[in-house]
Amino acid sequence: MTELTLEESSEKRELFEKQIQAGEKIEPKDWMPERFRKQLIRMISQHAHSEIVGMLPEGNWITRAPNFRRKKTLLAKVQDEAGHGLYLYCATETLGIDRSELVEQLLTGKAKYSSIFNYPTLSWADIGVIGWLVDGAAIVNQTSLAKTSYGPYSRAMVRICKEENFHKKQGYEIVTGLAKGTPEQRDMVQDSVNRWWWPSLMMFGPSDKDSPNSKELLAWGVKRRSNDELRQRFVNLTVPQAKAAGVTLPDPELRYNEETQDWEFGPINWEEFWQVVSGNGPCNRERMKARQDAHSSGAWVREAAEAYAEKQQRKRAAA
Amino acid sequence: MEASAIQKAISDLPKDCRTPLTALLLRLGDDRLILGHRLSEWCGHAPILEEDIALANIALDHIGQSEALLRLAGLVEGNGRSEDDLAFLRDAKDFRCCRMVQLPKGDFAFTILRQFLFSTYSACVWEQMQKSPWLPFAGIAQKSLKEAMYHVRHSQEWTLRLGDGIEESHNRAQEALSSLWPYTAELFRESEGTAELQKAGIACSLSAVIASWRERVEALLKEATLTIPEDDTALFLSNIPTAQHTEHLGHLLAEMQVLPRAHPGAQW
Ligand SMILES: [Fe+2]
Ligand SMILES: [Fe+2]
Repeated sequence: MTELTLEESSEKRELFEKQIQAGEKIEPKDWMPERFRKQLIRMISQHAHSEIVGMLPEGNWITRAPNFRRKKTLLAKVQDEAGHGLYLYCATETLGIDRSELVEQLLTGKAKYSSIFNYPTLSWADIGVIGWLVDGAAIVNQTSLAKTSYGPYSRAMVRICKEENFHKKQGYEIVTGLAKGTPEQRDMVQDSVNRWWWPSLMMFGPSDKDSPNSKELLAWGVKRRSNDELRQRFVNLTVPQAKAAGVTLPDPELRYNEETQDWEFGPINWEEFWQVVSGNGPCNRERMKARQDAHSSGAWVREAAEAYAEKQQRKRAAA
Repeated sequence: MEASAIQKAISDLPKDCRTPLTALLLRLGDDRLILGHRLSEWCGHAPILEEDIALANIALDHIGQSEALLRLAGLVEGNGRSEDDLAFLRDAKDFRCCRMVQLPKGDFAFTILRQFLFSTYSACVWEQMQKSPWLPFAGIAQKSLKEAMYHVRHSQEWTLRLGDGIEESHNRAQEALSSLWPYTAELFRESEGTAELQKAGIACSLSAVIASWRERVEALLKEATLTIPEDDTALFLSNIPTAQHTEHLGHLLAEMQVLPRAHPGAQW
């Protein structure tokens, strides 16, 4: 990369700021501040890694899905998440970094992924509840990100959101079915809601006052809404759905505020959040190990594919 | 096909065909259910992301085919068993799948070689069965053939990459082929009552496709620089009637059937 003179750089910076102000999308070929690029790489790849690690907790139930229909939808869902990961890695690559480097960052623990996936899936009901709450929370976040200022990320979000809506619908259907099922099934689904509710709220990240990256990202239009705003929106959407499904959200402090029209909720256990983020969640080590194992035991496969492709190329060149 | 048309087709079946046709449909359905299950075990653990997606796709096709085949088997049998009853509440001894599909997923080479051998067989079978004048079956065969052709292509490409890639991939692919080969003859073992089905023109015999299978498999394996083992354990192993299943099937079913078994009558 050639060094820009101070003048050039400030000119380009001005144009960039103007584009942001005007709500225009920044495209890969456009000039962007290095810091903007870095933040985007961090954010989009973190999102991609979350899709990939997110395959593991749900993948845990593919071989135990209770009938053909559920087996097919779960398998297709986890496959969708792999597709999302792939699509987001491609979006990150437009910023001048390649997938192998991003994967390396995940496997060495340098890059983060959503900490919700460090919780275990203990019953079939978790498959329903994850679809409803976790995909549901992802949708709230991603609908907002669809308006992000970086073009490739925005387009990825639009496409991914469509599928996430489908996942949420299927998950909610499982939840409502179990809530109307046998006493064991009702216990199963309530227990699952109890376990996943608070981690779902934590998915939106630290409270605005403790979120170091937020201010800059909001100013650049990378993020459109703050963590707390999105969290509140999610709670407002979810409380009536829980009522309709016949499950109880495990928060005795939940109450409706007529004035703000918000469902107010009790305090989040931020100690737990930071513990899980820093690697001490129930499944952090297992998740990382599963990814590392898949990667290292697949090394010879990737090498073989490369060697074969080279051989074929040589043959074609010789012919 | 509409449910009423299927019912009509079933009531028009020659009487002596119902039992053999049920057996054949169960066999074809069970093979795909168990292999689909094995393939689904890769989801989240494949060597590259693209293969997580591809193997899940192939697993989905197998599970979908199985669903259609077992549904039809239940209808032809006429005892009111649904595809879910047949898959999730049947005991291991009543499963009719071959042993090759029961074997654990192994490494990527094993999964690919098994898929290549099985999907090539599958394509050969569906090519014949799609000609069946009995439409409920021909319909499944036509749809399955399209899917099987993609599975063949996918597994062929990988067999070539592994066989003719690097030393380690070649050795692993050869090892996989050698351990799978003895299980191949069983694929072509006749179902009971094949004669009745052939006479009525409903289904061909499975042994009829062996020559075209062998030809396709040999050609590709040669290109992949892999060697078919020479001994004839294949035939021997396939003909021990008391070794109907592998030890793996029971474990697989215990896992697959755990929820319906633990919650009798529950809806999911
Ligand atoms: Fe996703
Ligand atoms: Fe999703």
